[in-house]
Amino acid sequence: MRPFTVNRLTDTQHLNDVDSFENSRFLAGGTNLVDLMKHQIETPDTLVDLSGWESADTIEETDETYQIGAMVSNTDLANFAYRKEDLSLLSQALLSGATVQLRNRATTGGNLLQRTRCYYFYDTNQPCNKRQPGSGCAALDGFNRIHAVLGTSEHCIASHPSDMAVAMAALDAKVKTINPAGNSRHIPVRELYRLPGDTPHIETVLGGDELIVSVDIPKRPRGTQIYRKVRDRSSYAFALVSVACDVTLKDGVIDDVSLAFGGVGTMPWHAKSAEDFLRGKTATSDLYAQACDIELSAARGAGSNDFKIPLIKRTAAFVLEQAVGQQMAHPGHQGAIHAR
Amino acid sequence: MPASKHQSVTKIGEAVDRIDGPLKVQGKATYAGEFEFDQPTLVGVYVGASRSGGTLTHVDTADAESQPGVKAVLTYHNAPDQRPFSEPGDEGRFGQSRAVLNDTTIRYAGFPVALVVAETLEQARYAASLITHDVATDGPDFLDDVKEAQTTPESLDGGFEPDVSCGDIDHALNSSMRLDMTYRTPSQISAAMEPHTTIAYYDGDILHVHTSVQILASAVTCLANTLNMPEEKIHVQSPFVGGGFGSKLGLHNDAILACLGAIHLQQPVKVALHRRQVFHSAPHRGFSIQKIALSADNSGHINGISHHSAMPMAQDYAFAEATGAVARITYKADAIESVHRVKVVDSPMIDSCRAPGDSIGSLAFESAIDELALASETDPVTFRLNNIAPAHPITGKPFSTHHLEACLKQGAEEFGWDKRSKSEDNNTVKKGYGVALAMRMNMIVPSEAKIVLENDGKITVFTDMTDIGTGTYTILSQIVSDFFDMPASNITINLGDSRSPASCGSGGSFGASSSATSVRNACEKLSAQLCQMMGLAQGTHTVALHDNQVIAGEGNTQQSRSLADLLKETEGQQLEAKGEVEPGESHDDYEQYSCGAHFAEVTVDTVTGEVRIKRQHGVFSAGQILNKKTATSQLQGGMVWGASYALFEDLQRDRRHGGFVNCDLAEYHFAVNRDIGDISVSFIEEPDYKACKLGSKGIGELGITGAGAAIANAVCDATGARVRDFPITPDKVIAALG
Repeated sequence: MRPFTVNRLTDTQHLNDVDSFENSRFLAGGTNLVDLMKHQIETPDTLVDLSGWESADTIEETDETYQIGAMVSNTDLANFAYRKEDLSLLSQALLSGATVQLRNRATTGGNLLQRTRCYYFYDTNQPCNKRQPGSGCAALDGFNRIHAVLGTSEHCIASHPSDMAVAMAALDAKVKTINPAGNSRHIPVRELYRLPGDTPHIETVLGGDELIVSVDIPKRPRGTQIYRKVRDRSSYAFALVSVACDVTLKDGVIDDVSLAFGGVGTMPWHAKSAEDFLRGKTATSDLYAQACDIELSAARGAGSNDFKIPLIKRTAAFVLEQAVGQQMAHPGHQGAIHAR
Repeated sequence: MPASKHQSVTKIGEAVDRIDGPLKVQGKATYAGEFEFDQPTLVGVYVGASRSGGTLTHVDTADAESQPGVKAVLTYHNAPDQRPFSEPGDEGRFGQSRAVLNDTTIRYAGFPVALVVAETLEQARYAASLITHDVATDGPDFLDDVKEAQTTPESLDGGFEPDVSCGDIDHALNSSMRLDMTYRTPSQISAAMEPHTTIAYYDGDILHVHTSVQILASAVTCLANTLNMPEEKIHVQSPFVGGGFGSKLGLHNDAILACLGAIHLQQPVKVALHRRQVFHSAPHRGFSIQKIALSADNSGHINGISHHSAMPMAQDYAFAEATGAVARITYKADAIESVHRVKVVDSPMIDSCRAPGDSIGSLAFESAIDELALASETDPVTFRLNNIAPAHPITGKPFSTHHLEACLKQGAEEFGWDKRSKSEDNNTVKKGYGVALAMRMNMIVPSEAKIVLENDGKITVFTDMTDIGTGTYTILSQIVSDFFDMPASNITINLGDSRSPASCGSGGSFGASSSATSVRNACEKLSAQLCQMMGLAQGTHTVALHDNQVIAGEGNTQQSRSLADLLKETEGQQLEAKGEVEPGESHDDYEQYSCGAHFAEVTVDTVTGEVRIKRQHGVFSAGQILNKKTATSQLQGGMVWGASYALFEDLQRDRRHGGFVNCDLAEYHFAVNRDIGDISVSFIEEPDYKACKLGSKGIGELGITGAGAAIANAVCDATGARVRDFPITPDKVIAALG
């Protein structure tokens, strides 16, 4: 492991005390970063250790929002969200991710910033523009079964692996950040990530010294929420594709719909075009595949991941139909469909 | 050295808890990487070649050498002398030289090009990352089509002939309904929980090696051959092995590199493969293409069986598995043809992985049989019952014992085959049921053991046998306890030390019967010695060891003597006896097989293509079961791996650089807890004394054989979709659904 300096942070006021944010990383649960450091994929000069930052390990509920502290573990957040009908989507997504052991360590802020599982990103013998800018992309012509079909570029097709972030995008959560100067801002999760373009190593709009303080989820009435993750095995597997959806029906018309995809995008994919197409339409079973086609019109497979395009379409169409069916059978329903 | 806590006698067959269990759960079982010499242990980290086989044209270690804590950087320039790789040619592959850093030859992607030895792991890893190298290569080669495999291997694993046949296969196949099918199984890797790890120390005379290996004796030979040292100067210990599955039959790069570092620096050196290195440095199972043709007549009897296997063989590493073995033995037919061909390729080592031959052979063949049953419009259980071979279908030799039909009937009854229902189907999730058979050859391999009786009534067993998680410690303790009717707590089992008598080692499902028989024979010899000392005729009296008393004979003629008294005159006041076993005389007259029947229930989501397992049930016949608990665990473990083969495991190689792509346990998928539904095992027990005097037969590789095919058949039952390219992942299910 390359030598590095560790700064321990207990509150955001001390962010200013960090000597340098030049090539620094924030260390939260460490479930991803520590692995990457062991393999010399991440080689920071400075680690800002957040494990003593207790005030960020709380969830605050106001009339308008749920403010999820950045250090709240995935387990704690899943347990909290499980008891809230309007956050059902979030608990479903969290509980489908990783394993209990990993969720106990992983944090809300860290989950958003976890890095891709691209095989070539992990293999330091191979070119990777994300790991080593300008070196090339080995995945484009390689084995790319787990890679993205949306938002890709000729420089990178790595998929974003998070489940939680997909639900956060669907719920239109906002990330609250702070920097050493004390400046704070809110960034919608839908705008947090950057497409790879020709700079795939820059994954978010965050500055190097900008710390996620909380993730704020707006409180508002929601409808039937489904997080459907399709994976090779039933646990401890990243999504081949996943669908987060929240549908409210009023008098047979799709009053509101939130839709986001996982596993298919270079970032958690907010399916805005599909939402726009669906919103206000009378719910009929032919709509859902059409909506998916619109969202997927720019999707491009790279070979071994071609199957993801039809798979996300059939999964998303099925999920939408299921959610609408629930709304029709139980008008005003809010939460998960528990009985199958 | 585990000893049982049981104050009572533990009988053969009893469901005894593992005697090494408490040590393991308390962290007191010292695995290879945890051993400490008096001197501090240095840590070695190697750099693997960036691309497939060729010639190392450049390696620059200057930056690494100047890093803090670095003690040495070894490359082919300065590593201790070794014998060329794979010499001597007449030695088996586990005893041959496994030279590394010996010349500029790069055998495969990931092959070591340099070893950094430093004071800490972090220092060594960082220094290793600064080493640059280049490999000139023509690029890797692959087996893509059956036709590319033209080489007949000299022999197959398990001693099977590459090609066998009987009857007129063309006539048999063409005279009735014929199916032609091509099945593919992917590359797979053992993925043992404990990565391969070695700590070595050379004291100027003896090379001390703590490693994780399944067979000790050949490991000593391998080091002697590689390092040009006499075998008696090499001491290998491997008391605890965190899973082997074939990948630790021989020694690998960690062992050789640790020894090179230790010899070079005269200090203890540890080399532990990290998970990504395990994929390249430990052997894997090759990809297989199995072309199968089957035919059946109108009454549902099989006429012809043709099985043609094509697999890659790694250069300079002669290993080929008998994929067709199950096609030769399970069913009777008018004609049978089984052919094995390989293509020699530049590839990481290809070797045994969880039931070589049968696991992937049964996956394909028992799926193909199911296709034939469906085409014959016959229930898959009935179809199999109608066609089970009563004797070896090719040689005509009788089986020593054979309960395949009983396994199938009992399994169908216990599983509820005739009551299976699809009533819970909803619109998109379909339920399906599958069955498959298992046949696994049984063998005895030469094995030796020594037992020592102390004057306080305690017995220690010494053999270089290993316990790779299978339960060897426990069953050997049971053998002694049962024989002498003595408390198990008085018995200590010492395994995994090359200074003990040479055993068969663990592998090929031969370990339990072979090593247990050698221990039993040692007990008999010790018993005879005790009788002689008591003035009794040899062999006519049972001998028990109770509370420091030797009790010989029964009833009126029973004699009892104090052990201390009896051993007073002996050297060291202890007795020693050696036992050994060789394949028996009856070995050639009978076919010896363990057998079983698997049943599975799955659901298939026809929207997403996801297969989920609800139930697995297996019924097995393997002679006398030595310990019901460890046997059940082992068979269930095999069934879990079978599920993995059917649905998950898929090791992918990059076609450009030749290395493996999905080299971690997040992306190399095998079954996790949630993937396994209800899993149950039952036995049809009948000792097979033609197999060995204990009546036991191998179970280690029986559980996996056929387990995957039962699941594949259930997938087809649920949906009508037959996926012939394993594993059956969601994308393939959807493609097959059309």
